[in-house]
Amino acid sequence: MSIRVQNIVKRFGDFVALDDVTLDFPTGELVGLLGPSGCGKTTLLRIIAGLESADRGQVFLDGGDASSAHVRERQVGFVFQHYALFRHMNVFDNVAFGLRVKPRRRRPPESEIRRRVRELLELVQLDWLAERYPPQLSGGQRQRVALARALAVEPRVLLLDEPFGALDAKVRKELRRWLRQLHDRLHITSIFVTHDQEEALEVSDRVVLMNQGRVEQVGTPEQVYEQPSTPFVYGFLGAVNLFHGRIDGQHLQVGVENLSLGQHEFQVGAEALGFVRPHELEIDTDLAQGSGLEARVERVLTLGATTRVDLVGADHAAGRHYEVELPRDRITALGLVVGQRVRLKPARIRLFSPPRPTERTPCAPDGDLVGGYGENI
Amino acid sequence: MHARAARRVLPGFPLALGYTLVYLSLIVLIPLGAVFLKTATLGGEQFWAMVSAPRVMASYRISFGLSLLAALINAVFGLIFAWVLVRYRFPGKRIVDALVDLPFALPTAVAGIALTAIYSGNGWLGQWLEPLGLKVAFTPLGILVALTFIGLPFVVRTVQPVLEDLDTELEEAAASLGADRWQTFWRVVLPVLTPALLTGFALAFARAVGEYGSVIFIAGNVPMVSEITPLLIITKLEQYDYAGATAIAVVMLVASFALLFLINGLQAWTSRRHGSI
Repeated sequence: MSIRVQNIVKRFGDFVALDDVTLDFPTGELVGLLGPSGCGKTTLLRIIAGLESADRGQVFLDGGDASSAHVRERQVGFVFQHYALFRHMNVFDNVAFGLRVKPRRRRPPESEIRRRVRELLELVQLDWLAERYPPQLSGGQRQRVALARALAVEPRVLLLDEPFGALDAKVRKELRRWLRQLHDRLHITSIFVTHDQEEALEVSDRVVLMNQGRVEQVGTPEQVYEQPSTPFVYGFLGAVNLFHGRIDGQHLQVGVENLSLGQHEFQVGAEALGFVRPHELEIDTDLAQGSGLEARVERVLTLGATTRVDLVGADHAAGRHYEVELPRDRITALGLVVGQRVRLKPARIRLFSPPRPTERTPCAPDGDLVGGYGENI
Repeated sequence: MHARAARRVLPGFPLALGYTLVYLSLIVLIPLGAVFLKTATLGGEQFWAMVSAPRVMASYRISFGLSLLAALINAVFGLIFAWVLVRYRFPGKRIVDALVDLPFALPTAVAGIALTAIYSGNGWLGQWLEPLGLKVAFTPLGILVALTFIGLPFVVRTVQPVLEDLDTELEEAAASLGADRWQTFWRVVLPVLTPALLTGFALAFARAVGEYGSVIFIAGNVPMVSEITPLLIITKLEQYDYAGATAIAVVMLVASFALLFLINGLQAWTSRRHGSI
């Protein structure tokens, strides 16, 4: 079933949680709502579910206006970050809850309920825990019970609010893959909210990036990662190095140094922000070379196949931090030593106009741009 | 216990336990033991005659019956009270919150006199109720009002913290699964609150059984009709019938203990059932 939200506005006092949001969620897709904390994604999800009402705008479920329908009538499955399991009921009764509260006329017979619940528990691979109570389960198991409970009423859409947010990294990764497989089997239109870009990119068919109550970009994981349309998206979807400078023909003039650019549409003399991903930055140990930015190696960190090099800017750029990711053998070839001076050369720079001071700043804490606007792992 | 086996941060399990036992003995066990000893000076037959006299039997019915009823009323309205205090924001909320504790702090005699003045035939409320055939002061109904008054804080204060911990997400989850308001209340909210509600009920009941000060003013103290057991004990004491007084006290003590034991058992059972392991 398709979902459409149109011109949704929601305020909490002076705080604008959603600022005129219009989005389409096509049938059968798994869409990730991604953004920093406090940027309206959970509010949007709750408005779609009917747990919150918008100040303005409409929600269409399957083409019909559901804006004034109660959450009971919307037939949405909602999965909460902290599971919201009924702790006085065992796993079986939790899953059966939605079936047992149906009006007598529509309630299936108890034998049918038992069969359905058992089927769902098998689907989430927890049939052996049917008699347990929620406090006796691990976080991952609880969230799977919550999912089975939401699926029991055969919802038209499935909404998941930071479903893996309260779990540890390893379980989170497992459940992500599992959720993807589950969706491939059921094909139920699903939206899930997350602030973890890796999670969104890995699980979703499409990603909606939100910031400060507005949609920044919508696209497949590849599109948003490879062609970020705003500086915010660029910064949020992974670590970036930021170079603030002025366009000088085929160069970006940063202080007294310059970085070579490819094709661009900026005018000479325009101010620009250059974004470079850590793996797009080259290290040159030959300081005599003309272009590139001088920096000092601060730390060399090998994690798996890639090596991360942390650097600080030299001279006029002192205090600025940079991050470079290189294959392991390349590092060995370079033979970097802590404290060594090198030149940084971007293989690819993406340029954006600097934000005007009147524009709102992103709401995630962003300090120096290494590490991105948002959290990154 | 293995005091040496486990090294704790704070010292002294033996000290703490010893202190607890001495304290319990001095404050609770020895005085109560004396009650039993004094009662033992009566023979079995005399004892039975004393505690099963018609007037005494009537007072049991009044004391225990009305206390249970008052605790029940408090359980219902205390729950609503706590719900309003936890879930809503309204002007004067803090004052209302503070007022709940007033029955704790007020000397019970003051409460009794105040209630009597309001509910008597020419009182503020009494003058409107009496024409309707509702006589409150100097009847068992008046006792019920007094017992309800003094028991209110117990239910509110035991349910309140549990309600504060109760996530609204649970209700949202129930609603999203199609449950209506009643189903959400009966199946999701109430089961979680039951243990706390039972504790509050037990406390309110225990307090009501032992209440003396506020009741004697409003009760009218008509033998066989509106005479509570504690009053009978006082009466016996004033007649220097110490053994008789303690005999009735023993019956109250045993009955109260049995009832509290039962309620606590029920409470433990419900909280175990509710998976708080």
